[in-house]
Amino acid sequence: MASLAATFGRGAMTNGWTDIKNTDLVFVMGGNPAENHPCGFKWAIEAKKNRNAKIVVVDPRFTRTAAVADIFAQLRAGTDIAFLSGIMRYAIEKKRFHEDYVKLHTNAPYVIGEKFQFTEGLFSGFDQTKAEYDKNAWQYQADPKTNAYMVDETLQNPRCVFQLLKQHVSRYTPEMVEQICGTPKDQFIKIAEAVTSTGNPERVGTILYALGWTQHSTGVQIIRAAAMLQLLLGNVGRPGGGVNALRGHSNIQGATDMGGTFEILPGYLKTPTGATQTLAEYLEKGPPTTLNKQSWASMNYWQNYPKFMVSLLKAYYGRTATKENDYNYALMPKVDGNYSWMYLFDDMYRGSSTRAGGKEPGPEGLISFGMNPVGTGPNSPKMVAALSKLKWLVMVENFENESATFWKAPKEYGGAAPKDIQTTVYQLPAANFAEKDGTFTNSSRWMQWKWKAIDPPGQAKSDQEVLARIFLAVRDLYRKDGGALPEAVLAIDWGYTNPYAPDLGEVLKEINGKALDDIKDPKDPTKIIKKKGEQVDGFAQLQDDGTTMCGNWLHSGVYSSAGNLAARRNNADPLGLGMFHEWAFSWPANRRVMYNRASADKDGKPWDPTRPGIVWNGEKWVGDVPDIKPDSPPGQFGAFIMLPEGVGRLYSPVLNDGPFPEHYEAIEAPVDNVLHAKVTSNPVSKKFSTDKDKYGGRDQFPIVCTTYRLTEHFHYWTKHHINGRLNEVQPEFFFEIPEELAKEKGIANGSKVKVTSARGSIVGPAVVTKRILSMNLGGKKVWQIGFPIHWGYAGDPKHAGPLANLLTPSAMDPNTWTPEFKTFLVQVEKATGENV
Amino acid sequence: MALQGLEIRRSSASLRGGGTGLRKMATVAKYIDTSTCIGCKACEVACQEWNDLPNAQTSGPQHGTYQTLPTMTANFWNLIKFREVETQDHGLQWLMRKDQCMHCDEPGCLEACPAPGAIVQYVNGIVDVDPEKCIGCGLCETGCPFDVPRYAQATNKMAKCTLCVDRVSVGLEPACIKACPTGCLQFGDKTALLEVAKHRVEQLHGDGFAQASYYDPQGVGGTGVITVLKHGDHPEWYGLPKDPTVPTTVSVWKRVLHPIGFVAMAAAIFGAIGHFMAFGPKKPKDSSRETGGEV
Ligand code: SF4
Ligand code: SF4
Repeated sequence: MASLAATFGRGAMTNGWTDIKNTDLVFVMGGNPAENHPCGFKWAIEAKKNRNAKIVVVDPRFTRTAAVADIFAQLRAGTDIAFLSGIMRYAIEKKRFHEDYVKLHTNAPYVIGEKFQFTEGLFSGFDQTKAEYDKNAWQYQADPKTNAYMVDETLQNPRCVFQLLKQHVSRYTPEMVEQICGTPKDQFIKIAEAVTSTGNPERVGTILYALGWTQHSTGVQIIRAAAMLQLLLGNVGRPGGGVNALRGHSNIQGATDMGGTFEILPGYLKTPTGATQTLAEYLEKGPPTTLNKQSWASMNYWQNYPKFMVSLLKAYYGRTATKENDYNYALMPKVDGNYSWMYLFDDMYRGSSTRAGGKEPGPEGLISFGMNPVGTGPNSPKMVAALSKLKWLVMVENFENESATFWKAPKEYGGAAPKDIQTTVYQLPAANFAEKDGTFTNSSRWMQWKWKAIDPPGQAKSDQEVLARIFLAVRDLYRKDGGALPEAVLAIDWGYTNPYAPDLGEVLKEINGKALDDIKDPKDPTKIIKKKGEQVDGFAQLQDDGTTMCGNWLHSGVYSSAGNLAARRNNADPLGLGMFHEWAFSWPANRRVMYNRASADKDGKPWDPTRPGIVWNGEKWVGDVPDIKPDSPPGQFGAFIMLPEGVGRLYSPVLNDGPFPEHYEAIEAPVDNVLHAKVTSNPVSKKFSTDKDKYGGRDQFPIVCTTYRLTEHFHYWTKHHINGRLNEVQPEFFFEIPEELAKEKGIANGSKVKVTSARGSIVGPAVVTKRILSMNLGGKKVWQIGFPIHWGYAGDPKHAGPLANLLTPSAMDPNTWTPEFKTFLVQVEKATGENV
Repeated sequence: MALQGLEIRRSSASLRGGGTGLRKMATVAKYIDTSTCIGCKACEVACQEWNDLPNAQTSGPQHGTYQTLPTMTANFWNLIKFREVETQDHGLQWLMRKDQCMHCDEPGCLEACPAPGAIVQYVNGIVDVDPEKCIGCGLCETGCPFDVPRYAQATNKMAKCTLCVDRVSVGLEPACIKACPTGCLQFGDKTALLEVAKHRVEQLHGDGFAQASYYDPQGVGGTGVITVLKHGDHPEWYGLPKDPTVPTTVSVWKRVLHPIGFVAMAAAIFGAIGHFMAFGPKKPKDSSRETGGEV
């Protein structure tokens, strides 16, 4: 999601599932929605049946989605940037992009400072020793006279974004794409032709992707390339368009929104660091600065940052947070260094940490809440070894999974003998999704309330009760015994009716926010818009003076004085565009298509009147909930209100690995980078260096391997026998092996195969298939194989199988630290008595 | 399952039904658009659940396929058939077709069945087995051009898809239809669904599948399952026979015996002996698992 925020301003699916029915072209890459999102995929089928939309699929394998596609091409796993850059080049060269849109709604005309350069695979600002970029080298050129952004509306200035982009992608010719991706040139051109057919006002296309893009050492930049392509084609903000991240868990969007990762607080506010000791210092770093002083200004919505943060502090600390004490900002943990998943486990394994500068001991304990690190982390032997170093491990889970039983992992995971492991494991049985109420926030950003269906079995408790009881017990200990900084815990506001098991409706109200004092109308201070104690109607009413509280500004509006809008179930669709404004609540502000100002031209007329997003009627914007000040006339503000530029970023100077995407080989790759052999993989991607972090070379491991899911299974759960039917319809682990490779190796259907990476080996039956072909990379023949992830050693022993992540590497994207699950190298052999 | 409330159009080895006095009722059908089926198997699971069928012992990957079982069984009536086919014009195709009883207008199973009332065709076209009357002789298998009916050793009865007649008769759609996430399955009056099929076929022609057509074979009087095929000229790629008809041995034999309702019982015995003479003792399909090959 980092790439979407860096390009458009918000990190979420731009449109929504039901909106896909409005499209003319569904471009699926880095995802397999027919397999992994079959219910949502019906909207693609609707578009196909009702609008004659075409489905285009590019994937390392011929997938279930490919089975119903109009065009399919195979590419080598991990080479998506080359493919997408090739399409951008094609769009520019053949003038198949939406020029008016590009001039109006993107930073194509913006001039970039002289310091930005790209040579031999490296962007300027590279620090060899730290393997990091200094982003100051990538900044915009300010106009010397006005100090505003310098722009060239004609797109001719050689330093404007458009020209720089044109030059950057010029290397990705169809021949180059063929050589890098292994996709035959004619197939690539056919796809480029289809995708760029939407680069005009009449047509619109959507891109669907999922973890097949995210999980690479270049994952964020792959998605960046897609987002840029959609900007070039003018497909962002329009019904039927967008870059649509398909979320794999029912509430993963909600988890991210609520600050699911260490570097963010709810609503994507930043986690404070040691560098900002006071609220004033923190707030100064919060909103991005803008050079925009033109009439076409940016709303730069983040200028409201102080309102969101102060309201959040009021939600955290209640009455004790006052203006005088900086709303208890001092009590917030200041987080220095990297506490992401991969780093935590590295510290755990090494038993020490250098994150915050000096050497500290590694973590002593872990609370794993609805997580299965051994199953889902890469390089499972390292995960097993890391957990063995803990004093205690608390698993809050529905089932006893691989992590709870790590101490008795089979020998191929390389763990110590159970008697030598001193970790105390506590298993707290948790209620599952049907045994508690609450909301799911789906890919479409719809917060949908759900009602508990049945009571949890036995001693299982809801998540909020588990958390509340731990919190209250810890607070009691601090009260009784004191300790370091007890105020940080004691000051927390816990005013729930039932403190031991807070009602989730009450929590949702807190997330929405309320007035703590009478709120006056800014236009007419004699009027009161919200009385003290009333729920606010949305984030526009939040204040920075402590008179409002709000648990997550982005979700504000979900539980207003009109009640719990997430519980709405009215499927009326008066606009006929699948917007369903009275079904649940779609953040932000119940808007269904984000950046919808870009669905209209400079005068506020829709690019396509048959599919309007919003329309300027002379007084205000009508249609969807406008993503712009509702009464601001066209021309006043740019369409991308969360970005300081106010326009979509074809050039984005904020990510850690460059303002433009560049093709880099995976950390384990079968060939060198043909564009720049010296900088073959992402120069700022991250790896680890313990004895458990092994990376394989192409001599020993010549075959490209990827991992994926099956529609018949649910994560690592199915083997716990939640439903025998699912094990029935896809009973066991397997490898998918291309026919020709199988022949070469003497492998038949069902015969046992041994697949080995630098991390270990797994054995399983082969499914020999025509659906994966060999590739010709500039004369070198390269193979790909793949296998699904759903098995492991926990659960019903009848359905046990190898953990996919026994083979995957601990290499990461430098922006999100997401592991490279989707591309690594292996060797394939027929399993015989001796080698197993 | 003998259903109250639905009148019977035809019945095995008896004169019941077959003409006069029947309430007019539209023939129902299942529409399957194989060109938008994603092979997700929701329909397989829904069928198992609704009909309370025991789990099958499966080992898909061992056969080199995503297909759950090599063929349908007495406890598995709805099977997605997966097949990889390389074509001249359209490259690799991964074909997925939902296989089940076709609910023929002229059901060979019913024709072949010697037990009175064991196989019936309701007035809405649904073909169903009444386990109380089925004698487990397996002759229906020989009459079916689609290889559908299966002998269940445990019950000594034949079993197959009922088109969820228990649901349909109370106004619900079949379980598979309800479960299908893509809408490639539909249920309703056959005449209306034929229009849907025609429209979709036209669309496929426009998409360059010149041979696309829908499968409603007239050799068995048409079927209660309309299947849209991108490659209509190659039904065998989907595991469908090209021009199915009821085997002549069955139809001739039936024409002789059909009017003589009162000797139906004798016919059943004759049938069973006949089956023995022709094929040897009945082997339950369940246990003779076929491997790989087609799937
Ligand atoms: S498909 Fe076979 S079992 Fe079904 S009605 Fe036709 S003949 Fe009978
Ligand atoms: S449920 Fe529908 S899409 Fe899924 S396999 Fe069955 S027919 Fe195909």
